[in-house]
Amino acid sequence: MHIVVCIKQVPDSAQIRVHPVTNTIMRQGVPTIINPYDLFALEEALRLRDWLGGEVTVLTMGPPMAEESLRKALGIGADRGVLLTDRFFAGSDTLATSYALAQAVRKIGETWGIPEIVFTGKQTIDGDTAQVGPGIARRLALQQLTYVAAVQEVDLENKTITVLRRAEGGVQELKTAIPALITMLEGTNEVRRGTIADVLRGARAELVVWNAQTAGITDVSNCGLRGSPTVVKRVFAPKPRATKAVQIEVGDRDMGTIAEDVIARLYAVQPALEAALLRTAAAY
Amino acid sequence: MAAIQERFDAIVVGAGPSGNAAAYTMAKGGLKVLQIERGEYPGSKNVQGAILYADALERIIPDFREDAPLERHVIEQRIWVIDDSSHTGMHYRSEDFNEEKPNRYTIIRAQFDRWFSSKVREAGAIVLCETTVTELVKDTKGNVIGVRTDRQGGPLLADVVVLAEGVNGLVGQRAALRDELKPENVALAVKEMHFLPQEVIESRFNLKGDGGVVIEAMGTVTKGMTGTGFLYTNRESISIGIGCIVDDIRKSGMTPYNLLDSFKQHPSIAPLIAGSEVKEYVAHLIPEGGFRAMPETQGNGWLVVGDAAHLVNAVHREGSNLAMTSGRVAGETIVWLKRRREPCTAANLAEYRKRLEDSFVLKDMRKYRKIPALLHNNRHLLNLYPRIMSTAAQTWLRVDGKAKKAKETEIIQRLRTQRGLTGMLADGWRLARAWR
Repeated sequence: MHIVVCIKQVPDSAQIRVHPVTNTIMRQGVPTIINPYDLFALEEALRLRDWLGGEVTVLTMGPPMAEESLRKALGIGADRGVLLTDRFFAGSDTLATSYALAQAVRKIGETWGIPEIVFTGKQTIDGDTAQVGPGIARRLALQQLTYVAAVQEVDLENKTITVLRRAEGGVQELKTAIPALITMLEGTNEVRRGTIADVLRGARAELVVWNAQTAGITDVSNCGLRGSPTVVKRVFAPKPRATKAVQIEVGDRDMGTIAEDVIARLYAVQPALEAALLRTAAAY
Repeated sequence: MAAIQERFDAIVVGAGPSGNAAAYTMAKGGLKVLQIERGEYPGSKNVQGAILYADALERIIPDFREDAPLERHVIEQRIWVIDDSSHTGMHYRSEDFNEEKPNRYTIIRAQFDRWFSSKVREAGAIVLCETTVTELVKDTKGNVIGVRTDRQGGPLLADVVVLAEGVNGLVGQRAALRDELKPENVALAVKEMHFLPQEVIESRFNLKGDGGVVIEAMGTVTKGMTGTGFLYTNRESISIGIGCIVDDIRKSGMTPYNLLDSFKQHPSIAPLIAGSEVKEYVAHLIPEGGFRAMPETQGNGWLVVGDAAHLVNAVHREGSNLAMTSGRVAGETIVWLKRRREPCTAANLAEYRKRLEDSFVLKDMRKYRKIPALLHNNRHLLNLYPRIMSTAAQTWLRVDGKAKKAKETEIIQRLRTQRGLTGMLADGWRLARAWR
């Protein structure tokens, strides 16, 4: 089995300082770490590899110094590191980032075998958008499993995967076809400590370094600032959502009963909707 | 996975100034070097005032000024003797310090150490972080042949292990190569980083460009304990701290933070840091026992450098330069032995000791070998004299209708009653002898 894990090198938010005079973030001298959610993704990937065999390729996009995070990932136990770095990627938003990463995953597939699973963290701690994982899934037409707490089963013969997904109000058990993309939640596995052999290999490994061209990206207008339509207009704390999502258990019930249940619950919280629908129905 | 059979020429324990100097020198000399650091990244566990002494680094990386993260070069040194309300100071400031290759710089260690470590990697050494050396591995004859770590796998084998593990020296202690640190031989220093706009620092200290000021203060602020306070100007921050001998702190019942607080409130210091924002509080041990507290510096398959070897000149507030120099000399000795195809036995590694003795490192350590005991046994030196000096200066400077002759008599009378002429002569005699 081939698994690709996308990681990002981010500033250690615990050590970020705001410049007391200019109020800007002081990045200089702030240590960088692997995005913590990505580490859980890496651990889950390594767990699957140890269980089912195969290899884990770690992919990151960033400046040349992001090499450090790949070496760290190799030191934890990954088999191969790919650094995607090019000035064309500078200033990428989530759209451009997912484009570049998707192209790189495609190229990784061509080079070392098409991955059955692509992992990302739930989100990064410096951008917090949680859009890049789904973006990659969409571009590569992968099944999309977000907010996954654990991979329960991978059936390579029937090409299915079963995961636990943490959603508002409960845990869902989801089963889908592979290849799939998983965005991983924190705290459900314990990231391992690499052995001496792992860390030595990590320190010495020849990393694969691709630029836009070698990653097979011919149209750089989709990359970097040029490929990034996002404009930050305002930064604000969003209002909390009014109500919590309600989970409706499927159980052994037939579809009709479930549909009735859904409608009844909807009407219970939206009496106005019920009245409006009834009026419309009466008009016909 | 099969056991790791590979053997390194040298393993360096620790990535501070001494370890980096040793690893860099050996890697540049073509040796296969493994450096092991317990911190998350090199520098994450390291604390210093911090002054960089250019000469020591220049002998390792001659063109370090091109890309090392430096704050300000020191153009002015203030040495203050302080009592509760005054300071009597000696300031030395010279335009000559604005030279092409300045001699001393203020630095921020977390940044500097990462830079130094990147040079070590570039030179070809392998650096493993987040890995703690738990013990030395010895062969049946007791020769050190490698290390064990807190990671699975290993042991890691090498022809020589350079212990650059810092002041506590736990690995050396566990291997019975050294004694436990004694509280009277180690100082505890606490430090804060105060942020201030560049212009404010420059106007308060009368600076322009990259010039900087260093203040070293001793006196009643340490409440009779052996220790000093310091203040260094960085580009946009001020490092301020105070250090005292652990044994003294323990007996006094005071906390290091209280000491730093009273230092910060001293009328000569407070205005210099007014309006600043504290961004960091750190504490660290400094080996200040001097020459007599040094452990063995080498043995079969191992040698010790830097703080781990107790190489600090407390009188001149020098440490990192002794660390870098001892690391470099250790590295050079090992490269020299390797080229001659000689094994790293205690007898051969004695060359390291010999080279250290020939350098300023052990010459200075020997010169001040009596100072720690002198200060330990003469509490009044840092308490009484600052007060005497302050009142003498004040008596002399106040214009109050008293005849100068009468003032002189008053000053001498006060000296007599507070210490006595024989006591003063004895202090002078002891100090001169210790200084020699």
